[in-house]
Amino acid sequence: MPAVTETRETVEKLAKSSYEWGFETDIEMDIAPKGLNEETVRLISERKGEPQWMLDWRLKAFRAWLEMEEPTWAHIHHPPIDYQDAHYFAQPKKKPGPRSLDEVDPELLKTYAKLGIPLHEQALLAGVEGAEERLPVAVDAVFDSVSVATTFRKTLAEAGVIFCPISDAIREHPELVQKYLGTVVPVADNFFAALNSAVFTDGSFVYIPEGVRCPMELSTYFRINARNTGQFERTLIIAEDRATVSYLEGCTAPQRDENQLHAAVVELVAMEDASIKYSTVQNWYPGDDEGRGGIYNFVTKRGICRGARSKISWTQVETGSAITWKYPSCVLAGEGSVGEFYSVAVTNNHQQADTGTKMIHLAPNTRSTIIAKTISAGHSDSTYRGLVRMQPKARNARNFTQCDSLLIGDQCGAHTVPYIESRNMTARVEHEATTSKISEDQLFYCRSRGLSEEDAVGLIVNGFCREVLKELPMEFAVEAQKLLQISLEGSVG
Amino acid sequence: MTQNAAPALEAFVARAAGQGAALAETGLPTRRVEAWRYTPLRSIADTAWQKAVPLTTETATALLDRLVLPETGARVVYGNGQLLNALSALPEAVRQASENVSPLKGVFSATLNTALGERGLDIRVPAGTDAGLLTLVSLSDGQDVSTHLQHRIVLEDGASLTLYDVSAGEGRYIANPRFDIVVGKGATLRHVKVQRESLTGTHLAIVSADVAEKGEYDSFTLNQGSSLARHEAVVTLGAPHAMAHVNGVQIVDGQRLNDLTSMIHHAAPDGSSRQTVKTVLSDAGQGVFQGKILVDRVAQKTDGYQMNQALLLSERAQINSKPELEIYADDVKCSHGATVGALDDEQLFYLRSRGIAEADARDMLVRAFLIDALDLVFDEGLRDLLLRSMMS
Repeated sequence: MPAVTETRETVEKLAKSSYEWGFETDIEMDIAPKGLNEETVRLISERKGEPQWMLDWRLKAFRAWLEMEEPTWAHIHHPPIDYQDAHYFAQPKKKPGPRSLDEVDPELLKTYAKLGIPLHEQALLAGVEGAEERLPVAVDAVFDSVSVATTFRKTLAEAGVIFCPISDAIREHPELVQKYLGTVVPVADNFFAALNSAVFTDGSFVYIPEGVRCPMELSTYFRINARNTGQFERTLIIAEDRATVSYLEGCTAPQRDENQLHAAVVELVAMEDASIKYSTVQNWYPGDDEGRGGIYNFVTKRGICRGARSKISWTQVETGSAITWKYPSCVLAGEGSVGEFYSVAVTNNHQQADTGTKMIHLAPNTRSTIIAKTISAGHSDSTYRGLVRMQPKARNARNFTQCDSLLIGDQCGAHTVPYIESRNMTARVEHEATTSKISEDQLFYCRSRGLSEEDAVGLIVNGFCREVLKELPMEFAVEAQKLLQISLEGSVG
Repeated sequence: MTQNAAPALEAFVARAAGQGAALAETGLPTRRVEAWRYTPLRSIADTAWQKAVPLTTETATALLDRLVLPETGARVVYGNGQLLNALSALPEAVRQASENVSPLKGVFSATLNTALGERGLDIRVPAGTDAGLLTLVSLSDGQDVSTHLQHRIVLEDGASLTLYDVSAGEGRYIANPRFDIVVGKGATLRHVKVQRESLTGTHLAIVSADVAEKGEYDSFTLNQGSSLARHEAVVTLGAPHAMAHVNGVQIVDGQRLNDLTSMIHHAAPDGSSRQTVKTVLSDAGQGVFQGKILVDRVAQKTDGYQMNQALLLSERAQINSKPELEIYADDVKCSHGATVGALDDEQLFYLRSRGIAEADARDMLVRAFLIDALDLVFDEGLRDLLLRSMMS
């Protein structure tokens, strides 16, 4: 069939997509020696000027980690990771406490400029509060392991919101950190979470006091920069009664040859009537066309709806990383609480993704929605793995799950592994999954209207993901669509 | 495996000299083994299961009298792992064969069966022949005994056979049958299975079926007995246009656990598979459904559909369901659906408002729930028989 031949040709022609945002920045680094032992943990804690309780907490995690084994159940393959062959601490040398953007290392600003992060623009935006259509965005920029630029702290402080690097929070708000850190993801929750707990270098801390609607979207850009530095981010977000916050996390990484380990932990706590929306656009370096290099992304993200009628919503667009291992979850402990998971996962070339969610319904009248869209192209493998569990007390709980997979090319794989466990007769679970390729009819229709094959595929894929993309905050929706296009450029025809 | 279980298991496997080694090494799968995460085998770990003594014709006849069986067709009866000649006759068209079952690696029920196997049905239906209906009854009776029948059924090209496969018994035992099935080109095997083991029995069945071009393996399993039962089917569609139906109904009450696990492997293009499994749970019954559809890279134009639904009738009932798609071909149409819930209050209200007593209304709705799956049994006579068996 000519159409098929043409498609193949286009695929081959386009198979050389490159990572647009691959580059490295020269910034002086303060690097700890390679290797991981108690000394490394002590060094990190000491360098960060942490109190004793924090060091004890880290050591507890490290000792637990030593006893644990790397999980093997995911549908991913990679050479064994040598945890001793990496640096666990890299801190950009900086002038003390930049109070304005002028004081931020110009190299860093240049990097952001290349990434298209309009930090200046956002600083300007801070002055135009009240512009309804486009609320300002606060950026806590994480450059390698340490936050070096925090904007809008003042505005937020006026509202009573605490938004700062977690290392600052440990020093300045120890009572809050001690109360919540590790309560959602315990130190020994899993292999990678334990590792993170032991050696995390920085991340964000957000505290929204009772009754406060956070005046702006919060956003953090995670980056991986120095060679051979694993990234271990720790994020903790607490929304007190009737508080509301929307948090955006996006990442891009410079191009490099060696695989890099990234094991982040994110914990969310929502109290009564609180709402947390956590959005991610993940675009770590995926490796080259042959599957060399790329980030190993082993992330533990979990939120607990502790209060009645609270809500946690995860939205993710995952296009990067050589390996993604990630299951943003909701524990629905408050009566009538709501958990949501919207996901688009795109894999191309030799990428592997094993991602999904867990919805644990503990309380009556809890509701959860899962919409997962998986797109596999090239030689990649993508798995949706999800758990919906209705505990005995989850009276009248509801879940709806929809997983759709799209295969582009005959060398990739798409898998769906849902676990459904119900122990309450009044709970209702509905799950549906489909796997298909882009329909020839839809393609033909678009082509006959004059669209190029690539544009047609782009349109169809965008339509396929629409349910998820529309959940993203406006600031991210544009970037996400762009990412989808770039990620698939090399494979579709 | 718990430590004190080890000697019991050793004694168990020691019955099969040499063969048992593989089993002794791996032991019983624990819940950490993915395939058994929902079906704990603890209940069989602490017993030194003995070889069952042969059943007398009288005992067997008494057990048979309690079963709902087809009136027509041929019947073969096994008692405690041995053929009861007096009660058995093969269909005329069927030839006795003597082939060995091939090993099926990595499946515990098969490993156990290989270690302790007893020769069961070994038949071949000649090319182009319709062998009609064959009823296979496997009876168990005893305390702490086990049987491990190995059946091999080969359908040559264009042949067909309907197998009505009933297991039942009395006492505390393990029935661990294995079916090795080969469906030739354009051949059709209809496999209707009724598992009504003793409520203190354990049933661990493994069916492996290889289906050739345009062949069809059409199965329906009723899981309704045993304290612990797993029916596991591994169906391989190894040639173009092969077809598989792996349907079933599970009815679980008391403290029992019934499990239907299947793997449909599309290994060639243009295959199709259909699966509808319904589970009804009452008391503290536990239901397990694990259904995997695997589509190889070569298996383009595969059409796979899977639906599993569970109805929970009691606060203590529990369902664990894991429908799974593993797909490596792009030009396929595969989907699955799963629902879990209680009886619909509105439907119940509707029936009550028409003057139907609550208990009757519930029965009606449960029956309606099951009928979707039952309707997939091709033969009306067998469908009625199944319904009677279900209600008995």
